[in-house]
Amino acid sequence: MSERRVVVTGLGATTPLGGDVETTWQALLAGQSGVRLLTEDWRELLPVHFAARVATEPADQMERVEMRRLDRSEQFALVASREAWKDAGSPDDIDKERLGVVIASGIGGVITLLDQFVNLNEKGARGVSPHTVPMLMPNGPAANVGLELKAKAGVHTPVSACASGAEAIGYAYEMIKNNRADIIVTGGVEAAIHQLPMAGFAAMKALSTRNDAPQRASRPYDLDRDGFVLGEGGGVLILEEYESAKARGAKIYCEVAGQGLTSDGYHIAAPDPDGEGVQRAIKFALQASGLSTKDIVHLNAHATSTPAGDVAEANALRKALGADADHVAVSATKSMTGHLLGGAGAIESVFIVKALQDRLAPPTINIEKLDPAVTIDVVRDTPRQLPAGDIAALNDSFGFGGHNVVLAFKSL
Amino acid sequence: MALSPADVLAGIKEIVEEVAGIPAASIELGKNFTEDLEVDSLSMVEVVVACEERFGVKIPDEKVTELATVGDAVNFIVNAAA
Repeated sequence: MSERRVVVTGLGATTPLGGDVETTWQALLAGQSGVRLLTEDWRELLPVHFAARVATEPADQMERVEMRRLDRSEQFALVASREAWKDAGSPDDIDKERLGVVIASGIGGVITLLDQFVNLNEKGARGVSPHTVPMLMPNGPAANVGLELKAKAGVHTPVSACASGAEAIGYAYEMIKNNRADIIVTGGVEAAIHQLPMAGFAAMKALSTRNDAPQRASRPYDLDRDGFVLGEGGGVLILEEYESAKARGAKIYCEVAGQGLTSDGYHIAAPDPDGEGVQRAIKFALQASGLSTKDIVHLNAHATSTPAGDVAEANALRKALGADADHVAVSATKSMTGHLLGGAGAIESVFIVKALQDRLAPPTINIEKLDPAVTIDVVRDTPRQLPAGDIAALNDSFGFGGHNVVLAFKSL
Repeated sequence: MALSPADVLAGIKEIVEEVAGIPAASIELGKNFTEDLEVDSLSMVEVVVACEERFGVKIPDEKVTELATVGDAVNFIVNAAA
């Protein structure tokens, strides 16, 4: 049997920039920020008064009765999956035993958990919703999508903090590669804009506190960056085995060429300043995909806008790509979307697929003074044209716990 | 406070529509919650708790299984409130 190849045949997203892929992508190319001041009173409890909420509320995209049984993260998963499935041509007649779902979340149904704890305290046990557990479980987003599509090849949820979304796509890639499935709905979601997780991130000094200029707060690679901006939403891709996608006449965006996974063994939250684990993950992704550093023209960076993380990553990229880093257009799209935690690697993979399709690397906004420690080629302020011909791009994602995931995509 | 069967039925219709998304017009006394209205076991718990709050009655868990139809629920609540 010849080597099975994996291609992307559908995209879906709900993000701080738009309720679908196209709206999000156009806003991204235009360099818009999805960050807003929070309107809730509880913001006064926190040192941070802003976040990046989704541009379109799920209430405008799904039925009310459906909503009440779903955590917000599950709502995002269904919204993005429905768009992606439709984009793939709604292949409903495929063998369900060859259909899988791999959708990640960094934290799971944390808002449900906290809301129901309030219910318990105020109304007693009888006041706790019978939907609490299916809503708070981190596999809930994947499970609900699997249920809707009747997927029977396996429904999975890798959890690795902010690397979760990328790890999910890598897991889906492996499932198809290893012949466990022919088509997978994969991605990541997060819905954690709530006072408790925000207070937790703020206590780590991980969040920007630029309350006087929220839309300027997420500024990867800028000298005055002071932390990330919490975002919400999710992204979903339909991955499909190449031959079966061709056989059904599917629109094919590009190929998922390979992945590299490593762990730092360094610290629970801080990045290894040498980025040794990141370098190895890049090397493995290139090896797995049969690509060389010369083939890479674009990279969607993890770059969350934290002082330590951005430089550690930039150093690792420079070391791993060497002189070839000079022709890699690096985009830090969290400057516009905020940081979607478990959704980040997924929406950023959607952006890479769009970048390969349109041959445009999206911009990085808010860099006023580029940190001189950053020696990679960052795309600033306006999109940059990518070359014609065969090209490849990388998405890297890292998570608290020392997780490193690098995904390689190439044009077809 | 005494409740009229008509008031209780109207209340149950609203609750079931809210919780399970079943149009109020299709909810009738003879309808079985599970078989006719397809209210699943989790949603049935929500219906019971909402009825308790709305009508100020207690519906013990062991009684819930006996409330097969909308009519059974109306009768139970009217009697419990009397």
